[in-house]
This record gives sequence, structure tokens and C-alpha cells, in this order.
Amino acid sequence: MNILRRNILKGAGAAGAVSVAVAAGLMKPTVAFAGWNKAGFESRDLATSMGAIGANAATPSSDVSVKAPDIAENGAVVPVEITSSIPGTDSIAIISEKNIMPLIAVFNLSNGAQGYISTRIKMGSTANVVAVVKAGGKAYKSHKEVKVTIGGCGG
Amino acid sequence: MAEPMKIRASMSGDTADVKCLMNHPMETGLVKDAKTGGMKPAHFISNVTATVNGKTVMEAEWGGGVSKNPYLAFKVKGAKAGEKVQITWTDNTGDHNTAETTIS
Repeated sequence: MNILRRNILKGAGAAGAVSVAVAAGLMKPTVAFAGWNKAGFESRDLATSMGAIGANAATPSSDVSVKAPDIAENGAVVPVEITSSIPGTDSIAIISEKNIMPLIAVFNLSNGAQGYISTRIKMGSTANVVAVVKAGGKAYKSHKEVKVTIGGCGG
Repeated sequence: MAEPMKIRASMSGDTADVKCLMNHPMETGLVKDAKTGGMKPAHFISNVTATVNGKTVMEAEWGGGVSKNPYLAFKVKGAKAGEKVQITWTDNTGDHNTAETTIS
């Protein structure tokens, strides 16, 4: 009997067919659990990454601020703090323009979460860190140039 | 996952400041493995969910560009002291981890 079928039949009464198949390494779990913008995160082209998060029509906004060091000594750990004072901010995305894969993260906010995210990102070389904010169905952006002395992608 | 996730949450006016430190190698899949000559496989947190008092406040999608041992801070207006903040991550191998704290 085919291994997958055997495991499904074995596991059907227990934790469930999906988790058994996952445990057996026979199924890729990411699709089963949550959405993930594969086209965006695997894109190596800045324009494609921006398009994948709906940022092509983003207008520059001074209500979005990107706080990051002028010079990052260690490109592997660059602190980035994004604040949006645009009412109804429901999404903040971070892009590092010159990374091999520019799209870093997308945060979807709800139920009182404010337009504020602080995290640390990897930067391969001196580049703009771009924040794309969505509010009321429109996209806004802002950026900060960070000079990187030692690239952080491990290459 | 040598150490569990650390979360701190405290009120500042009517807003809860939540800070979290996760434990994860966050491999991009773009780095050479000196030992094998191939690339170290991609191994990174792909999804993060945060809830306050049972309600989802943040759902995030990440790539390998987030730094190793990710730090994350966000703010939730209208949260109250005593409410529970729970943060869960899932990575691209299907592994996951959850931690919770009470807003002080």
C-alpha cells in the first residue's frame, strides 16, 4: 500500500490526516496553515516585490516614518521602526530595495493594533528601507537610506 | 528552539506596548554551507499571529529577510491591564511555537 495512504488511514482516528502526513514529511505544511505571499517573498526583482504587495500605486506620505540607523555596522541586524499616523492603517510592509529578495515582511493589523511596527531586518548592502502602508484601501510609502558597512546576508 | 519566546506587555495610557523576542535561525536559503558545499536550506518563520484577549490583532507574513532571533514590537489601543497577549509563529517547515503573557 502507498505510504501516504497507509499513514492517512492510520492517523485518521488520531490527530488527523493532515498532521500525520505533515509529520511523515509527505506534505508541505505552509499551505495548510496560513496564507503566505510566495510570489512576493520569493521575488528577486524589486518591481515584482512591490507589485506583489500592491505597492505600485503607493503615494509618498510624510505621515509614514521609517526610523533606522544612518549607518548600520552589522547588516545582519538592522533595527527598523515604522510609524503610520494615517487613520485606519491596516497593513505595514517592509522592503529592503537591494536585498536579493527585497520583500522582508508584511504585517496585517486589526482590532486596535496601531500603525507601529518595530523589528530587525537583514540588509545585503547600502539601500533604501521602504515602508508600504495600507489604509482605507489606498497605499502610501516612505523610505530611509541605510548605509551598510558589512552586508548581512551571509554571502 | 533552544529557549522559549519572551513576551513583555505593559500599558502606556490606553495602549498596550507589546515586545517579543523569538528564537529562530531565520536561514534565507541563500547562504553557503561551508561543510557540505551546498546552500544551507531555507528555514525561517513564515507566519506570526498575535491575539489580545482572544481577538486577533496582528497577522504577519515573513521571509528570510527578518533577522535571526526575531525581535518584534507593536501597540494595541484599547487593550487593558490583565488581558492576555498570545503570540504564535509557524515556520516554513511546519514547526511552530506559542507564548503568552498578561498585560501589566
